[in-house]
Amino acid sequence: MHPTTHAFPENARRALSDERLQRVLATAGIGFIERRRKAAERLPEFEELRDRGRDIKNHVLENLDLYLERFEEAVVGQGGHVHWCATAVDARDAILSICRSVDAKTVTKGKSMIAEEIGINDHLEAAGLTPVETDLGEYIIQLRKEPPSHIIAPAMHLSKKDVADTFRAVHTELPPDRVLEEPTVLIAEARGVLRRRFQQADVGITGANLMVAETGSTVIVTNEGNGDLTQTLPRVHIVLATVEKIVPTLEDAQTVLRLLARSATGQEASAYTTFSTGPRRPEDADGPEQFHVVILDNGRTALLGTEFQEVLRCIRCGACMNHCPVYGAVGGHAYGWVYPGPIGAVMQPALLGLAEARHLPNASTFCGRCEAVCPMRIPLPKMMRHWRETEFAERLTPPAMRRGLALWAWFARRPALYHHAAGLAVRALRLLGGGKGRFARLPLANGWTAHRDLPAPQGRTFQQLWAERQRNGR
Amino acid sequence: MSGRDAILGGIRAALGRKTDDLARRATVEERLTRHPRGLVPARGQIPPAEQVELFTTMAREAACTVQPLAALEEVPAAVADYLAGLNLPAELRVAPDPGLDAIPWHARPTLTVSRGPARDADAVSVTGAFAGVAETGTLMLASGPGHPTTLNFLPDTHIVVLRRDRVTGTYEDAWDRLRAELGDVPRTVNFVTGPSRTGDIEQTIQLGAHGPRRLHILLVGG
Amino acid sequence: MVETRARPRVGLFVTCLVDLFRPTVGFAAVKLLEDAGCVVEVPAAQTCCGQPAFNAGDRATATDLARRTIAAFEGFDHVVVPSGSCGGQIKRHYPELLAGDPLWEPRARDLAGRTHELVSFLTDVLGVAGVDARYEGTVTYHDSCSGLRELGIKAQPRRLLRGVDGVRIAELPSAEVCCGFGGTFCVKYPDVSNRMVEAKAAEVAATGADTLLAGDMGCLLNIAGKLSRQGSAVRVRHVAEVLAGMTGDAPPIGRSPGEGG
Repeated sequence: MHPTTHAFPENARRALSDERLQRVLATAGIGFIERRRKAAERLPEFEELRDRGRDIKNHVLENLDLYLERFEEAVVGQGGHVHWCATAVDARDAILSICRSVDAKTVTKGKSMIAEEIGINDHLEAAGLTPVETDLGEYIIQLRKEPPSHIIAPAMHLSKKDVADTFRAVHTELPPDRVLEEPTVLIAEARGVLRRRFQQADVGITGANLMVAETGSTVIVTNEGNGDLTQTLPRVHIVLATVEKIVPTLEDAQTVLRLLARSATGQEASAYTTFSTGPRRPEDADGPEQFHVVILDNGRTALLGTEFQEVLRCIRCGACMNHCPVYGAVGGHAYGWVYPGPIGAVMQPALLGLAEARHLPNASTFCGRCEAVCPMRIPLPKMMRHWRETEFAERLTPPAMRRGLALWAWFARRPALYHHAAGLAVRALRLLGGGKGRFARLPLANGWTAHRDLPAPQGRTFQQLWAERQRNGR
Repeated sequence: MSGRDAILGGIRAALGRKTDDLARRATVEERLTRHPRGLVPARGQIPPAEQVELFTTMAREAACTVQPLAALEEVPAAVADYLAGLNLPAELRVAPDPGLDAIPWHARPTLTVSRGPARDADAVSVTGAFAGVAETGTLMLASGPGHPTTLNFLPDTHIVVLRRDRVTGTYEDAWDRLRAELGDVPRTVNFVTGPSRTGDIEQTIQLGAHGPRRLHILLVGG
Repeated sequence: MVETRARPRVGLFVTCLVDLFRPTVGFAAVKLLEDAGCVVEVPAAQTCCGQPAFNAGDRATATDLARRTIAAFEGFDHVVVPSGSCGGQIKRHYPELLAGDPLWEPRARDLAGRTHELVSFLTDVLGVAGVDARYEGTVTYHDSCSGLRELGIKAQPRRLLRGVDGVRIAELPSAEVCCGFGGTFCVKYPDVSNRMVEAKAAEVAATGADTLLAGDMGCLLNIAGKLSRQGSAVRVRHVAEVLAGMTGDAPPIGRSPGEGG
């Protein structure tokens, strides 16, 4: 997927003028927030669980090499295979060669952000295979050739009519005049079409919400059950996961899982939380004959030991974007690549480079709501600020901004001059305003006055008035 | 350099770690062997009778139907009535679970019973459950010869026979029971909380996305 | 200070926006502090807390301004700021900026410990339970982000407002959602910022309140600017003006004296 992250301002403008998208964002956002709040309030231990979750992941990150080794050992011990992939290219190659080794034609997929990140669908298609997304939302956007707009609700930007139009255009084997209005009908249709795909599939690819070092298990959390059909029906189950998804034990997994569903959808538990360990056992009547775990780095380990290490605690619940007022205004596509919202503002510069992604950490008011709800207590605003620091140090900050900042800082270091200049500026503004309480337009302040008035200063600075009061002995 | 060496070497370099760091290794081994419990919500740490009650409440909240039965002998009638009430076919795909052998299916001749993993056409499955987790009203289904995983997902209606003494308070209790009874973790452990659902079309929850539309729990035991 | 019965010596950190746009807020702060028994001084060596540089990624300038601010407020029993944003910068971010500096980190921590946002200082530190003020109107309150999430200011202004004669409070449903100001954000991404303040203005209107209050000039300029552009009659003021009973001293933010309010 080709990033358009550099064009965030234009993307955002387009999103803001898309009335349908704006309606969707307005209603969806409130639902997520309310459900999470209620779920968190219902569990008295929730806040302390956030501390525990953070501590587990911190411990893992400090010992990531050892836990990965033990995970590998456990997977191999159960008859599974581990593929270590440093880059997206390595992971694509590893997956394709597994598919080829079983002469696969159809590959079903559970939802995986990492699959989006490495563009596995395009790669498989180019090699003549047919990848089929099975998460309903992912399936819809795959048919529409669009990227996801939310990490847990990939098609949230679409209406049921959009979905109906898409199905009618693509499911040409069904009667063209069928009625497709209600979501239940749409879902039943997708279920029927995808059932046939599940039957055909030779390989199923899922992501992993967690990997458990103790048992060599991978864990997926879904509500639809598509991830389970994806991994149970084909001969081969490939799990695609990044290095930081590991937790030590089943107990640690439970701590993270208690946070995940509540933070993501506000559920007490998602409908399906599945622990997969190795291939089917000799005595099993179903399940995959092969179990492969593709462990991808793709820039994660380079964040260890840096000020961005803590972002590796992320469990991809989406709470940060659900609570982000910027995401709420522009939606996920404006972010131009796989990870939107605050987590995207931290991850995308790491994965795409600042030259491509510099807008994202800047497009934040630092309102702090993301950090306030992050189940892993990731200090997202602080990390966005770190990116701004890198940007400033690398002189990627726009020149006008740098010059303005430098001029202001020059005065701010010289209090007497600063107060004098402030007095002059305020007086000039007052004259310019001609006694009006506000400016509808002001030179150099277009960004502000295009959308709102600028309240006029009262006329003199506080420092001037205070000095006067002191002189007059009150 | 292999991907493995690149990744593990990269981690060690970034963290300033050595491979022969025995103290660190010991900490990790200890945690994996002892697998200490984390913070377990008080909600599930209650006496067994209350656990069953909590399980029932939470499972119903997750859109399961729960029917208490005194004994396995009552299962055929309960299943037949449940299916008839919903106008569903009386054809069952039953897990080859020895724990279900005592169910006298012949007592209800209207029921057609076959056993084995699910096939695409199967509309109704009946399985046991390794445990029920009261904390969230969740079923813990462990794969094995007596419990093919497809039964949990392919049929439209999944009926689960859960013995009351299999209900635990918390997830940790359920895992401990699994470690004690099975030793190794089976290929698949499904924690199932309610029927399949999706909110992917306009954020309205619809049941029966890919997995079962209905999850009916027969809670058996006096 | 209670034991010695001495009047606490408070340094007022005015903040750039109060200094430039709304001196009335500074005087309201002074009045509230003096009424509560403090001796207020305004060090002339203060300029800006450095947050614009900090948030622009210019850590060197931010650190330099932090040191200057620390030096300017040495010796006061308390430092009081009529802004959660600048207060948060001093309280939360100065120690972070100067962490590891053997000379300055302790001084930063010391200042952070002595620094308080105005309303929080009155209620949480001085134990002020009520103010002697009167304001006729239905007010709604916007929680500015830094005050709320960095300093835990939520109940304090509402508690004091409830004691103001004539005030009725109509809560803003999304009081905790950002108004879209965000410092330079509002001019770097004006369209996004506009959508956010539009939503805020619509909510303010829906409460039916005739007055919007908040504790940060940034948010207030933003929301007032939007409301006046929309031709709204809602009056916008800093909460200190109402608490100090000084709403007669100046028209609402964005209004000229002739327009009253």
